[in-house]
Amino acid sequence: MSEIEKVSLWVIVNGVVHDDLIDPRLLLSDYLRINLGLTGTHVGCEHGVCGACTILVDGASARSCLMLAVQANGLEINTVESLGSPDNLNPLQRAFNEHHGLQCGFCTPGMLMTSTEMLQKYPLKTDEEIRELLSGNLCRCTGYQGIVDAVRDCARKRDAGVISIRDISPRREKSL
Amino acid sequence: MKPVPFNYLCAYSLEEALQHLSRSEDAKVIAGGQSLMPMLNFRIVQPSLLIDIGKLVELDFIKEEGDQIVIGSLTRHSTVANSELVKKNLPVIHEALKHVAHLAIRNRGTIGGSLSHADPAAEYPMLSLLLDATMYCESVDQKRIIPADEFFAGSLSTVLAEDEILTQIRFSKTKANTGWAFEEFAQRDGDFALAAVGVLVDKDSKGHISNLQIGMMGVGETALRLNSIEAELNGQAYSEELLETAMSNLSSLLLPNTDLHASAEYRRHLAGQLFKKTFKNAWNMASIEK
Repeated sequence: MSEIEKVSLWVIVNGVVHDDLIDPRLLLSDYLRINLGLTGTHVGCEHGVCGACTILVDGASARSCLMLAVQANGLEINTVESLGSPDNLNPLQRAFNEHHGLQCGFCTPGMLMTSTEMLQKYPLKTDEEIRELLSGNLCRCTGYQGIVDAVRDCARKRDAGVISIRDISPRREKSL
Repeated sequence: MKPVPFNYLCAYSLEEALQHLSRSEDAKVIAGGQSLMPMLNFRIVQPSLLIDIGKLVELDFIKEEGDQIVIGSLTRHSTVANSELVKKNLPVIHEALKHVAHLAIRNRGTIGGSLSHADPAAEYPMLSLLLDATMYCESVDQKRIIPADEFFAGSLSTVLAEDEILTQIRFSKTKANTGWAFEEFAQRDGDFALAAVGVLVDKDSKGHISNLQIGMMGVGETALRLNSIEAELNGQAYSEELLETAMSNLSSLLLPNTDLHASAEYRRHLAGQLFKKTFKNAWNMASIEK
């Protein structure tokens, strides 16, 4: 086999620019966790079934195990670290806490990132719609009810103007 | 669960992508990667070179041309699902896309990728057969147009040559008075279908069945177009008995697999029931005076 050439990667992750030289085969999930130390993105199945590694790519949810890091070249990535912090949960994270939307927490980063896109872009008027949009994320603890309750609660607060899109959207470490 | 090492080239024009492809022995083209990435992770495919066409905006479009809708091969599922042009002119695709994978996969996966991957339980291959789509393919040396019914060679296999890329897919618009329906059964929203059926039908001036088109998936090596059942029903007056006869004739044409999700017998039964439901719904729609 011919020598593998490294490829350059320029990417904005949670508002921070990274300029790297990487192996083409490096998965985006591994780049985030290993190269950048952002271990909030969890790796479950590594073949696109469980949804634990879901992140936002240019604002749209994607499975980071089904992308090569190099495919993110020139794009903007947001991970769960760009939501609230442990001391200062964002309204979506608080709702997961209040409604028992997690137990072991393994699926939670993916659930939060999927829910973030849902709250930014979808009406979420019915539980059926919420469940359909969350169907790509597996949870083995909660039976989903607490998760659906949390997302519904946030959607109603959004509709009532109690929380804004800004409150639940990813933060940037620094404004660019 | 990591891919084997490979080299990577990102193409910024179709021409560049085709040049790269023509010069390589075992290159793979990656677009949205929602089927190829799992295969790379499992090392089912081990290319020496990956050619990324994910940035080719020239292949990302939906447009109207006369009585056709043309969709660029890099158009994401979420773009097609949200297209008013598709909703108005290809309503069966709009309906079927509700069943295509999950939110995060719809954001990345492309129509060209789904067709080139040719999973017998995926929606686009079946829709292309149902709607008599034509595939526009290009290599460095030639352009060719392949009708959907000649495109699929078997499970996960098409007639695309090693150096060819599917660039656009053309569909004839569905007429406003045509009845249509699509039904799918999967264990979980967005999972691969155990079976799905799509039907298009017109009611002619005598009130008989005409221009019937039936597509099925999940019940054979490839998605199916049921020409013999269509021929049997065209020109006939609609009745429950006619539908029952068609259902029993249909089951012998299907060759579903048994796997851990369902037995072949169950899939065959399911396909029959879905056919009955879609045909009735499509016929009722065609029967509404417009």
